[in-house]
Amino acid sequence: MQETDAIADARREIEVCNACRYCEGFCAVFPAVELKREFSAGDLSYLANLCHGCRGCYYACQYAPPHEWGINVPRSLALVRDQSYAEYAWPPRLAGAFARNGVTVAASIAAGIALMLLLTIGFVSDAALYGAHKVVPGSFYQVIPLWMMQLVGVATFGFSLVALGMGAARFWRDAGTPAPIGPRAVLTAVHDALSLKNLGGGGGGCNDNSERFSLRRRYLHHAMMYGFLLCFAATCTGFYDHAILGLAAPYPFLSAPVLLGTLGGIGLLVGTFGLFAMKLVADPGPTARELLGADVALLALLFFAALTGIALLALRGTGGMGIALAVHLGVILALFVTLPYSKMVHGVYRAAALLRAAAEHRVGVGG
Amino acid sequence: MPDLSKPYDVLVAGGGNAALCAAITARQNGASVLLIESAPRAFRGGNSRHTRNLRAMHTGPTGVLTEAYLEDEYWDDLKRVTGGNTDEALARMTIRASAGVFGWMKESGVQFQPSLTGTLNLSRTNAFFLGGGKALVNAYYLTAERLGVDILYDSEVLALHLDNGTVRQADITHKGFPRTVTARCVVAASGGFQANLDWMRQYWGDAVDNFVIRGTPYNRGRILKNLLDQGVAPVGDPTQCHAVALDARAPKFDGGITTRLDSVPYSIVVNRDGERFYDEGEDVWPKRYAIWGRLIAQQPGQIAYSVCDAKSVPLFMPSVFPAMVAPTLEALAGKLGLDPAKLVATVERYNQAVAEDAAGRFNNTKLDGCATQGLEPPKTNWARRIDKAPFTGYPLRPGITFTYLGVRVNDRARVLMEDGRPAGNLFASGEIMAGNILGKGYLAGFGMTIGTVFGRIAGEEAARHARN
Repeated sequence: MQETDAIADARREIEVCNACRYCEGFCAVFPAVELKREFSAGDLSYLANLCHGCRGCYYACQYAPPHEWGINVPRSLALVRDQSYAEYAWPPRLAGAFARNGVTVAASIAAGIALMLLLTIGFVSDAALYGAHKVVPGSFYQVIPLWMMQLVGVATFGFSLVALGMGAARFWRDAGTPAPIGPRAVLTAVHDALSLKNLGGGGGGCNDNSERFSLRRRYLHHAMMYGFLLCFAATCTGFYDHAILGLAAPYPFLSAPVLLGTLGGIGLLVGTFGLFAMKLVADPGPTARELLGADVALLALLFFAALTGIALLALRGTGGMGIALAVHLGVILALFVTLPYSKMVHGVYRAAALLRAAAEHRVGVGG
Repeated sequence: MPDLSKPYDVLVAGGGNAALCAAITARQNGASVLLIESAPRAFRGGNSRHTRNLRAMHTGPTGVLTEAYLEDEYWDDLKRVTGGNTDEALARMTIRASAGVFGWMKESGVQFQPSLTGTLNLSRTNAFFLGGGKALVNAYYLTAERLGVDILYDSEVLALHLDNGTVRQADITHKGFPRTVTARCVVAASGGFQANLDWMRQYWGDAVDNFVIRGTPYNRGRILKNLLDQGVAPVGDPTQCHAVALDARAPKFDGGITTRLDSVPYSIVVNRDGERFYDEGEDVWPKRYAIWGRLIAQQPGQIAYSVCDAKSVPLFMPSVFPAMVAPTLEALAGKLGLDPAKLVATVERYNQAVAEDAAGRFNNTKLDGCATQGLEPPKTNWARRIDKAPFTGYPLRPGITFTYLGVRVNDRARVLMEDGRPAGNLFASGEIMAGNILGKGYLAGFGMTIGTVFGRIAGEEAARHARN
């Protein structure tokens, strides 16, 4: 991690935290701080990615603005976290995607939809594209050939997985730990990631927009995260049905892919919309408003992925199916492509940070 | 904006823990309550915003407290730190009441956490607030708002007009404009006067210009002075205050916990002239940190310097400011602004007085008896040679936590007049009356105990009195 102004600010603030320690009950960040006396840029990147942004420490801080020290840990760590995404991006020449990430992601959505529409309009006959379809096996492939779906999907998603993996490796080299990673540390990290324990704020939850605590953010993030995972499970079961059982999509409503996808889609809609609404009324104090674009862009991307998926389900027996399919796949294409170049990467780095926290907490090492 | 023309049942002057406990309790007992906080909202909560825990009696392990801490041990601790400068009946009542506050605190939104770390291990005796005192204050304000307590920030009670022991009306300022408020009862919970440097100057002279006030700049003692001028009985030595050694680079006000420096027992401390002036190793630091504020206040320029070598640095919690580090003592003296020859001579004299076998006997986990020989003043524990570069130094100033002067109260938090009669409708809680029980010294988390216990009593009594 490079030494930047954001790193210097975060270091100054974290050193105050380390002399105070009142917030140690809120989350994993402060116990992690207490293991150290000096903080390298990599350590601060680790702490920044460990921070879930619950803001409990901001409202509890006796040194928060307008105190002359102006301690604002959620905001400072958010700025470092944002820089860390660019720092670890792979290939490094694509780090610029994080500079104006809202624009990058929004443009990707637009480009994905436009590309799919142009391709379908250009290559598919009007009858196949606009005609009323029956929900029969193979109807999707009359609009977009199976081979093309598979080729584009596997190529973009595969590349993104590699890029995410490389990013994770680069994060770990810079911000990881020499502490041994045992099975218990892994279990703890997985538990903390899946339960979002660190959005629990020591029991009461997060501070949404005032001193008041609520679990709203944790539950909405759960809806979004598990919605996303259910959609991913839908894709996997669909792949299984097709590749192993030889059943072609679309599948009946009461099938695993459609049920999982519908449930996941609803979770995504609820979660993303709720989190977006919370951003509208958020207290600007502990928030990094300059990062709002990236936040909202990812929420929008996931929201549209779910919305177009549900629209496709609704329209798949009508003449609107062709366009709905093209639009949905355009959004999914954008999702696949921007996976390693959007705020989506936070999931990978946060999980890695939770792993380091669990490993170091267990053995009590710092440095 | 509340309607100030109507009389309130209870007026609470102050906005910290003691005030909030009184306001919430009075409201829960059916009173209409107006709370007046002199700080703006962002700095509300008085010194409570810098606190972290509450000392509580308990007969067995609870959710956040380990083992047991019984009345007699608690009382012994208090008797020891106050040197008997306390009121046993009031103190024991407070101690017993401390066992019963948790249910109400939790209902009022306060969250507790197990004590995880810290330089002083207090998990047996003290319950820690999740997020510290400001989080507690936030929780109480939310509860007070929910219950319908009217709250004014940026407003101050200037004077309570006492007539034959009864408050008739209160003069306040509200955002700079003078107003008058009437209330059937008043709870004075507006703290001590340690942030009123002109008042402090009466006892300390111009030395106060070099004092650091650890807490809120809003504790100016206006109500305290106003009441004492109207025949309310005083309690506590007006010249005394709780003062610790702080990093001299601390802000004048509101530096809180992070400016404290725990290096003294593992270093030598010299004054502006490079001379030692007190036994740095007299006792374990938790028992001695509170005398060093006074010691430094008595030195020329009210400044001192803690000097140690590389061996000692890992043994103490650093302050929030970077240590001054130099490869030689001469260079360190230069950085600290001391005469290099004087500092070197003092360290040499000290090193020669260190016992031959000190390196082997040194043990920072107990009173190790590693004392200097033939040195005045001596260092009676942890005296090791200062010889391993790099050398580290910190500048120290007296940091004032609170003052002891207060108003005398009875066990129902009723303020007493000089003739011994209780005031008609005036109650007090928190630092403004803590001197009744804590007349000297300090016991970690006891200020919050007094504020909570007396705040609740004052609120209850005021509400009851207002209804009658």
